[in-house]
Amino acid sequence: MTVQINRVDGGRVDRGQRIGFTFDGVRYEGHPGDTLASALMANGVRLLGRSFKYHRPRGVLAFGSEEPNALVELRRGGRQEPNTRATVAELFDGLEARSQNRFPTLRHDLLSVNDLFSRFLTAGFYYKTFMWPRAFWERVYEPMIRRAAGLGSVSLEDDPDAYDKGFLHCDLLVIGAGPAGLMAALTAARAGVRVILADEDFEPGGRLLAETHVIGDQPGADWAGQVLDELAALDNVRLMPRSTVIGAFDHGVYGAVERVADHLPAPASGTPRQIFWRIYAQRAVLCAGATERPIAFANNDRPGVMLGGAVRAYANRMAAVPDRRVAVFTNNDDGHRTAADLIAKGIEVPCVIDTRADAPAVAGTDLFAGAQVIGTRGRLGLRAMTLRLADGSTRQIDCGALAVSGGWNPNVQLTCHQRGRPQWDDAIAAFVPGDTLPAGLRVAGAAAGRMSTHGALESGAGAARAALADLGHATVAPDLPRAEDAPVRLQPFWHVRGARGRAWLDFQNDVTVKDVTLAHQENYVSVEHLKRYTTLGMATDQGKTSNLGGLAVMAELTGKSIPETGTTIFRPPYTPVSFGALAGRSVGRAFHPVRETPSHTWATEQGAVFTEVGDWLRAQWFARPGETHWRQTVDREVLQTRRSVGVCDVTTLGKIDVQGADAAAFLNRIYANGFAKLPVGRVRYGLMLREDGIAYDDGTAARLAEDHFVVTTTTANAVLVFRRMEFARQCLWPDLDVQLVSTTESWAQFAVAGPKSRALLEKIVDDVDLSNDAFPFMACAEVTVCGGCRARLFRISFSGELAYEIAVPTRYGDAMIRALMQAGEEFDVVPYGTEALGVMRIEKGHAAGNELNGTTTALNLGLGRMVSKKKDCIGNTLSERDGLNAPDALRLVGLKPLDPGDPVAAGAHLMAEAGPVDAGHDQGYVTSAAYSPVLQTPIGLAYLKDGAARMGEVMRLVNPLEGTEVRVTVVSPHFVDPDGGRQRA
Amino acid sequence: MHDLIPLSPLGGAAPQVDMFDGLQIREVTDRALASVAARLGHEAVCQGTLRALIGADLPGPGQSVEGSVQGLSYAAFWTAPETWMIDADHGAHELLAQDLAQALGASASVTEQTDGWCRFDLEGARVCDLLERLCAVDVRMMGQGGVTRTALHHIGGYLWCQAPGRRFVVLGSRSSARSLHHALVETARSITG
Repeated sequence: MTVQINRVDGGRVDRGQRIGFTFDGVRYEGHPGDTLASALMANGVRLLGRSFKYHRPRGVLAFGSEEPNALVELRRGGRQEPNTRATVAELFDGLEARSQNRFPTLRHDLLSVNDLFSRFLTAGFYYKTFMWPRAFWERVYEPMIRRAAGLGSVSLEDDPDAYDKGFLHCDLLVIGAGPAGLMAALTAARAGVRVILADEDFEPGGRLLAETHVIGDQPGADWAGQVLDELAALDNVRLMPRSTVIGAFDHGVYGAVERVADHLPAPASGTPRQIFWRIYAQRAVLCAGATERPIAFANNDRPGVMLGGAVRAYANRMAAVPDRRVAVFTNNDDGHRTAADLIAKGIEVPCVIDTRADAPAVAGTDLFAGAQVIGTRGRLGLRAMTLRLADGSTRQIDCGALAVSGGWNPNVQLTCHQRGRPQWDDAIAAFVPGDTLPAGLRVAGAAAGRMSTHGALESGAGAARAALADLGHATVAPDLPRAEDAPVRLQPFWHVRGARGRAWLDFQNDVTVKDVTLAHQENYVSVEHLKRYTTLGMATDQGKTSNLGGLAVMAELTGKSIPETGTTIFRPPYTPVSFGALAGRSVGRAFHPVRETPSHTWATEQGAVFTEVGDWLRAQWFARPGETHWRQTVDREVLQTRRSVGVCDVTTLGKIDVQGADAAAFLNRIYANGFAKLPVGRVRYGLMLREDGIAYDDGTAARLAEDHFVVTTTTANAVLVFRRMEFARQCLWPDLDVQLVSTTESWAQFAVAGPKSRALLEKIVDDVDLSNDAFPFMACAEVTVCGGCRARLFRISFSGELAYEIAVPTRYGDAMIRALMQAGEEFDVVPYGTEALGVMRIEKGHAAGNELNGTTTALNLGLGRMVSKKKDCIGNTLSERDGLNAPDALRLVGLKPLDPGDPVAAGAHLMAEAGPVDAGHDQGYVTSAAYSPVLQTPIGLAYLKDGAARMGEVMRLVNPLEGTEVRVTVVSPHFVDPDGGRQRA
Repeated sequence: MHDLIPLSPLGGAAPQVDMFDGLQIREVTDRALASVAARLGHEAVCQGTLRALIGADLPGPGQSVEGSVQGLSYAAFWTAPETWMIDADHGAHELLAQDLAQALGASASVTEQTDGWCRFDLEGARVCDLLERLCAVDVRMMGQGGVTRTALHHIGGYLWCQAPGRRFVVLGSRSSARSLHHALVETARSITG
C-alpha cells in the first residue's frame, strides 16, 4: 500500500471512505469521487503508459474525455476493456487496471528501442519502406506491422454484460451540464417543457466543479448543486449524468451513450452496463464547453507535462496534484489562474513562463515574460526543464510537473456532424461554431466561444429561450446570478522554434511538428492529406488536443492563415463507443428475431434439426435412432412420402388475403397468367413478373368466393410480394376495389402428400367428399376438421404426389400436426422437413428460389406460354424484349450423371462434350442439385442454352472451383411422374 | 365441438404471466381480432353498419374506441384509411370475422386476424421505462386509446395505450412471440434490476 503523497486539501472526493485498486499489480487507495487518473496522481504515479509508435513514456495530459495519453486496460476476462482513458474511469473498490503497449514492464519496455530509430519512423514511413518486394506486403510486412501496432489487448472472451438501447423524446436536449448547460436546462425546465440534460461526467457541473469561481455569493460548485436539486425535483426534467452525446444526426436525433454500470465492478443482476439512447429532440443546445490545447516544445510529452486547466481541475476538484512543485507555461491569462490556484493549495510554483512580453505579474511566484520552454529532462517523468528567456539566455528549473496552456478550443464537434464548418474567431484564436448548424441546434457557453462564467450563464439562458420561442413556448428571463466575466487575453503561440528535440502535437498517434514539416515538404499541404499522411488527429481521441496545433504549424509553413488552411471534418462518435453499446441486445441467439412455425414444439419433441429460412426456423429433417447421416434421413422421408404419406409444415409460405369486387381483375394484372376466369373452389399456379419482364415470384391463388382469393407466395418473398401488391393497389390502380391483408401468421398450414394422403385426410376432415371427382386436383374449400374446427383445404402438390394442404387457425396448429400424425399411423405416415421437400420438388422439376434467381424469365423456366397475351400484366411488355427471347435462350432442363457415382454440383457449368472450358464456351449452369432416392442417382436442374431441344445430349459439367468434371445427360426436368398422373390420382 | 387443443403463442396451454417490481407482462389469448376494410364506394354503409355492431363511432388515425352492444364489449382501432381492427372477447366471438362479414355484406372486406398476432398486456408504473427501451414511440405522451404501428426490438406490431403511463397492449407477429417475450422480459429485468 502506498501513501497518497500528492493528495491536497479540499476537493470533492469523499475522504471519509477509502477504496482500494491496483495498477500493474500494485495496490493503491483512493476515494469515492476519484477517477483512476486522479487516484494514481494522488499516489504519486505519473507514468501510465507507452506511446503508440515510439513507446515513449507517457502520463496524464488532460482531465476529461479528451485525454490522448493515459490509456489503460481495465478489468479481466470477459469484462476486460482496452484503451480506456484513465481520466474518465471512475474509481471503484477492486478496480484492476494495467498499462498497455509495453513489454515486459511499463518502466522497462523493450520496444522503446523504436524511439532510437525515430528519424526513420517519420510520417509516411510505411508507405516508403514496405514497398519491395511486392509479395512481402501481405505475408510479411502487414502481419508484422499489425503485431507491433495497437495499444490494448482483448481477452477474446464473450462480454458477460448486457447493453440496452432506448429511445427518448424531449422538447429541449441540453448537451453538457456546465454553467451554460445548467442555465439552459433551468430556463427551459421552469417553462414546463420536457428537458433532457445529458452530461458525460459522473458529477454534473462542468468547470464549475474545477474552478474556484463564485456565482452570486456562493462557490460555483454549490450553485451547480442547487440548480441540479431544483431540476431533479421537476417531473419534466430527465437528468442524465455519465451520458455522452456522441452524435447529431438527421431530424433532431442525437445519439447518447449512458454508462450505467461502468463505475461498478459488475452491473446489478439483469441491468445493463451501458445504454445507447436515440434522443428525439425538438430543439437542442450544445453546451459542451471547451478543450484546452497544449503548446508544442521539445520533449513536451514527458509524464508530468500536463494541460494547465487539467492541473487546476485535479487540484480543485480531486484534491490531487501531479507533483509538489509545478511550473506553468502559458500564452494567456488562464495559465495564471492555474498558478494562483496551485499556490492557494500550498503547492510550490517555481515560476510562470509566459510567451507574452507584456504578461501580467502573478502573485506568489516568478514570472518569465516573453520566455519559452525549450526542453525537458527526466527518464520516466519530468524532473527539470530548460527555459529560453526573453533576452535569449537559458535557465534550468527543477520541477516535477509543468502546467501548459495554449488557449482553449470550443468543443464544436457536434455542430459539424452534418458537414457544418466552424469559423475562426480571432478574439480567442480558435474555431467557433459556424452558421450551418444541424437543424434545431443552438450553441452556448464556451462551446460557442463565450469563455467567461457570466458569458456561459447568459448564453445558456438565451439559447434555451430562443429554442423555446421556436416551439411557441413563452419563457421568463431568469435572473442571472453575478459571475466572473474576465475577457480572454491570449497571444496565439503554437510551438517553440529553434530548439533541439521533437515537439509533440498528437500524443496518441505520436505526431510531431517535424512530421507536419515533412508533410509540407512532400506537398501534403491540404488538411485532409496532412491528416492521413501524418495520422494527425486520427487516433481514438480524434485529435481533440492536437488538431489545431497541427493546422497552425501547416499554416505557418504555407504562409496562410489558420482558417485559410481549413479544418478536417468531425464525424460521430464524439468519444469512442463500445461495440457492446452498438450491438445492444442483438447478440448471440437474440441477434435477430426468430419466427417459429406452429408445429415447432412438436418438431422439437421429434428431434428435428432446424434450418434458418429468413427469420423462420423450419424443420430440415427428422432423424431417427440409427441414422448416422442426414442423407439416410432425407432419403427415408422422401421414399416413405412417395410410398405412403408425409406431413410437412408449410406455414412459412406467404399468405395474402385478397378481397374486393375487383379482386380477380387485380390478380389478373399482378400475375402473368390469367385469373379472371378461375372458378370459385379452384386453385391456380401463378407466376409474377418484375416490371422488366424477369420472373419475380410464383405461388398459387385459391378462389374461396367470387370476391375472395388467398394468394400464396414463396417463403423468402412473402413480405416483398405483399409490399409489391400493396404498392400496385395504392399507387397503380387505386380505382380497383381490392383489399389486401397478410395472413401468413393467422393460419397453420400443413402439406399432406403421398398416395395415402386422401385416406389420412378423410379421417381428419369433417363430412367432405374427398374423392377425385368431388375434390379434384387444384380444388379448394373451406371445411371443418376434427369435429368442427374451421379449416381450409387445398388440393395442391409441390412433391408431385397426390397431395393436399390443410390450414387451421394457428393456435390449433400444434394439435393439428399431432392429429395428422396420429390419424396417419395406420398409413405409416412420416414427417418430412425442408430437405426432403427440396428433393421431391427437384425430382418433380418444380422451380423454386434457385431457379427464380432474378435473372430468369418465364421462357427460361419453360413457362413462356403462361405469359398471357390476351391481357396486360406487370412485366408483360418488357418480357417481349429481343434479348429475353433469343432462339438459344436458356431453358430449364434436368441432368443425370452418366455414372450414378458422380456428383451433380449446384453452380457447376455445362460445357460441350469436347472443346475448351471457359466462359466463352459456357452452355449453362446448375441451379439445384440433389440425390434422388427414387432414381438412386444424383440429379440436377439446370439452365441450358436451347435446352428443350437438346434432350439426350451428353455434356461435361465442370466445377472449376473444386476442379471436378462430370459427364451428364440432358433429360427432362420432370424426373418423377412427368405426365402428372400421381397428383391427379 | 372439435377436440383440437389450442396453444398460446408462447406455446403454453395457458397464457404466461411475468411479474416484476412495478410491472406485469401478461400474455393474452382471449381476444378475437378481425380487420374490416370498407370497399370502394361503400365507406358510409360500412361505417354505419360497424358503428351499430360495436356500439361506437369508428376512430381516426392513431386512435381506438371502445363500445358495447347487448352487454358485449368491443374495441376498434384504426390501421389504415377506411380500415380498422375490431377486438372482441374470444369466448363470445371466436367467429368474429365470419359474423362481421355476414353483417357487413359487400360493404367491407373482413379478414380473420385472431391468430395472426400475439398479445402482451403491460401494466404498472414502470411500463414507460420498459417501452422506451424497446421502441421509438414517445410512449409518455401517448394518450388514452392511442394506437400506433411500431417495431419493438425489430419485431413489427401495434402499440395500444389503454391507460396513459400505466397500461399498454403490444400486438406482435405471432410467430415471433417468443422473441418478443424474451425482449420484454429481458428489458423488464434491465429496468427493475
